[in-house]
Amino acid sequence: MSEWETVIGLEIHAQLATRSKIFSGSATAYGAPPNAQANLVDLGYPGVLPVLNGEAVRMAVKLGLAINARIARSSVFARKNYFYPDLPKGYQISQYELPIVADGAVDIVLDDGEVKRIGITRAHLEEDAGKSLHEGLPGVTGIDLNRAGTPLVEIVSEPHLRSAKEAVTYMKKVHTLVRYLEICDGNMQEGSFRCDANVSVRRAGTQKFGTRAEIKNLNSFRFVERAINYEVSRQIDLLESGGQVVQETRLYDPDQGETRPMRSKEEANDYRYFPDPDLLPLVLSDALIEEVRATLPELPDQKAARFASEYALSAYDAGVLTASRELAAYYEDVVRELKGEPKLAANWVMGELAAALNRENLEVGSGRLPAARLAGLLKRIADQTISGKIAKEVFEAMWSTGRSADEVIDAQGLKQITDSSAIERVIDEVMNKNPAQLADYRAGKDKLFGFFVGQVMKATGGKANPAQLNELLKKKLGG
Amino acid sequence: MSELHKRTLTELAAGLRSRKFSSVELVRALLGRIEARQGVLNAFVSVTGEQALADAAAADRALAAGGGGALAGVPIAHKDLFCTRGVRTTCGSRMLDNFVSPYDATVVAKLKAAGAITLGKTNMDEFAMGSSNENSYYGPVRNPWNVKLVPGGSSGGSAAAVAARLIPGATGTDTGGSIRQPAALCGITGIKPTYGRVSRYGMVAFASSLDQGGALTTSAADAALMLREMAGFDPNDSTSVDTAVPDYVAGLDAPLAGLKVGLLKEFFDKGLEAENERRIREALAVFEKLGARLREVSLPNLPLSVPTYYVVAPAEASSNLARFDGVRYGYRCKEPRDLLDLYKRSRGEGFGAEVKRRIMTGTYVLSAGYYDAYYLRAQKVRQLITDDFRRAFRDVDVLMGPMTPTAAFAIGAKTDDPIAMYLNDIYTIGANLAGVPAISVPCGFVDGLPVGLQIVGPHFGEARLLNVAHRYQRETDWHTRVPQGYA
Repeated sequence: MSEWETVIGLEIHAQLATRSKIFSGSATAYGAPPNAQANLVDLGYPGVLPVLNGEAVRMAVKLGLAINARIARSSVFARKNYFYPDLPKGYQISQYELPIVADGAVDIVLDDGEVKRIGITRAHLEEDAGKSLHEGLPGVTGIDLNRAGTPLVEIVSEPHLRSAKEAVTYMKKVHTLVRYLEICDGNMQEGSFRCDANVSVRRAGTQKFGTRAEIKNLNSFRFVERAINYEVSRQIDLLESGGQVVQETRLYDPDQGETRPMRSKEEANDYRYFPDPDLLPLVLSDALIEEVRATLPELPDQKAARFASEYALSAYDAGVLTASRELAAYYEDVVRELKGEPKLAANWVMGELAAALNRENLEVGSGRLPAARLAGLLKRIADQTISGKIAKEVFEAMWSTGRSADEVIDAQGLKQITDSSAIERVIDEVMNKNPAQLADYRAGKDKLFGFFVGQVMKATGGKANPAQLNELLKKKLGG
Repeated sequence: MSELHKRTLTELAAGLRSRKFSSVELVRALLGRIEARQGVLNAFVSVTGEQALADAAAADRALAAGGGGALAGVPIAHKDLFCTRGVRTTCGSRMLDNFVSPYDATVVAKLKAAGAITLGKTNMDEFAMGSSNENSYYGPVRNPWNVKLVPGGSSGGSAAAVAARLIPGATGTDTGGSIRQPAALCGITGIKPTYGRVSRYGMVAFASSLDQGGALTTSAADAALMLREMAGFDPNDSTSVDTAVPDYVAGLDAPLAGLKVGLLKEFFDKGLEAENERRIREALAVFEKLGARLREVSLPNLPLSVPTYYVVAPAEASSNLARFDGVRYGYRCKEPRDLLDLYKRSRGEGFGAEVKRRIMTGTYVLSAGYYDAYYLRAQKVRQLITDDFRRAFRDVDVLMGPMTPTAAFAIGAKTDDPIAMYLNDIYTIGANLAGVPAISVPCGFVDGLPVGLQIVGPHFGEARLLNVAHRYQRETDWHTRVPQGYA
């Protein structure tokens, strides 16, 4: 056992999928020209006031319900004061002492199959800041306020995570959850889902937490894992060489693969939080909470449990197939079309289909191969029209041509040969052509059985029914 | 026709409606007066004559066609912190000297929709911080009763303009007395409505939980008419209250028999000048004659209002004024070396001394380690003061007391002593902290200078306040007195 124990807590920022901003009517769509989606409220003009977006509130409540948290009947927006050019008002509207969601949890499955509960301290609503632009602007800094005022929910975990791997598993779990809830598009490249990691180490067996460093703005699962691993070894090296960990904010540099302290000027902030006098306390009625509860979909854990029992899948398979709502729906469509064979469907969805999608960087919902099409192929395996091996060829043809399984099978004459006399005829030919091998086999060289299977398959273009072929070949070779 | 400026806002609205005179005539007359007096009074930062005449001509056409709103063709002015589209909104600050708002404040839009014509923007203490109008980048406003004296603040330009009969009514804002105190010192009527009664959208924020827009006019009847058009729920202001606006004008004449008046015991203290107190007592006698029943009422926490206010208001101001950073609009220093230099010099050069003092005070009281001792404690005291008012209004209909400890003081007399200046707000701040409405009405003179009676009502009690003030003005003529040389 390692001498050091790692302690990690994550602050996940999920951009809420509202059409307009949290305190203004501007659109939130990604990719508009700079400042095209910034109105007077977003620009922090004199005299303007924030008006809370009710949809953002409902989304935060939805999250809270999904993680079995307490939904505050009254929560308070506060101002976090600091100067930065991408922060037009000189303060960010966030929630501080009284967040909308508190005391929730999600379960993650560790490598050894153990289920671990990760506590979620709180989730609060806040507005995003804008962006500073440097590219193509020599000598000046540009400010793009399109993102300013985009609604975020910040999900703060307890320091329950004990390794970079656990942290990634947890983050993926939350990622899955927010997408199930349809409150966040989960697009990490566009920054819709990102996290800050609080990392510390302590001697195994001690209770007191070590001094932590906060790694800011990690926007991929890979970076989360690498940054934490780097940070953990940095802290251990430091402590083992007699040094001290300094509480500070660090940035991960993916090119160098290391974390570095942010400039001290930026971390010495006293944010002077106080309740925002422009916004009244956010009061939620039981009726609203129940109304939101009624919109909750089947959640990932519930769905996985149902898949495991209803389709007799392993916990692992059920977990993979429910990783996204779209994938789970696709799988269930395939099973429905097939009228059974859930294990066959699972293997193909997780195997060939996933590989093909991955290869072309497509989402399952892309429509490239509709569930009914894949089911059409699996039907032909189930009724033994084709073998599993041929099916892979058919799949590739379907994928590239968009044709149905039956069209491909007919056009390429791939239908499996199940006529015993036809197979026997081929066996006889092969035996005649290979008298030496036949003699050796009969003299006890059992390994040559595979040679004969291969020859027959070659002669039939792989279409001989494998089970039948085995049986007939054994009989014939035996004399 | 040269006497139009002597008429009240109510009379002018009626005269325009009955086509006794035109809005163009009226606007032209008042523009002439404004121009003639600007050099002495300095009541305006911007005068928008050309636009006003065009708007007046349009109002005349609407009136001729039998249309137009309740204030069709009536000239008004806005305190220069109400955003006005296309006209600069300076807040009396170098910081916004070049700022032209791309939108109208809700109050501006509502008065425009009622047909009012804006003649200009009035001078004020920088960002509404001050009680004397000496803190303006555009120089002090002078009191028309004696140009060596301050008009009060921060809505000093509005008060002086109305008192000098340059304009029949003007908007103001009241964060700690900024409508009522200058109204008292200039001998006019000024109402601060309930917090949430008038939209703050487009009103450049000083202290968001205290700021409230209101009206300065020569009479309570005029204030009723103007406020009726200004007030109401605004979806753009989350702190505005969604409750119907009564017809303040319709209720003006209700009798006062049986009115329960509470005298604010804490206001009749040693700080109140004897002559001033005599004027207040005389006014109270008028109410007794009208059938009101007087009793002394104590609000024990009220004496804590000045220190409470000077924690809460600067705290909010320090945050509200952070947006003036030289990045997007307003003053920007010349050739900043880097970002920090841009911030430091733009703000250092753009803000005046009093604004900086309050930003520093506010930053301090919100700082880690001091928050609980100052801001949190001040909020608790604020709640106690609010409770005092609520308790008092269980027993009385309105509260009365003096508006200011003394009449207007000399320009320069208190500029070196901010504490003495802050104590000038001692009678005004309580209503802001509690969010209750209050009105100042002229109640006589001390050594030739006007003083005001303050009447405070319960939340959303504006109709009663205006009714009480109007009945008093039917019995007295203090509000009709015009400073010498301005008749």
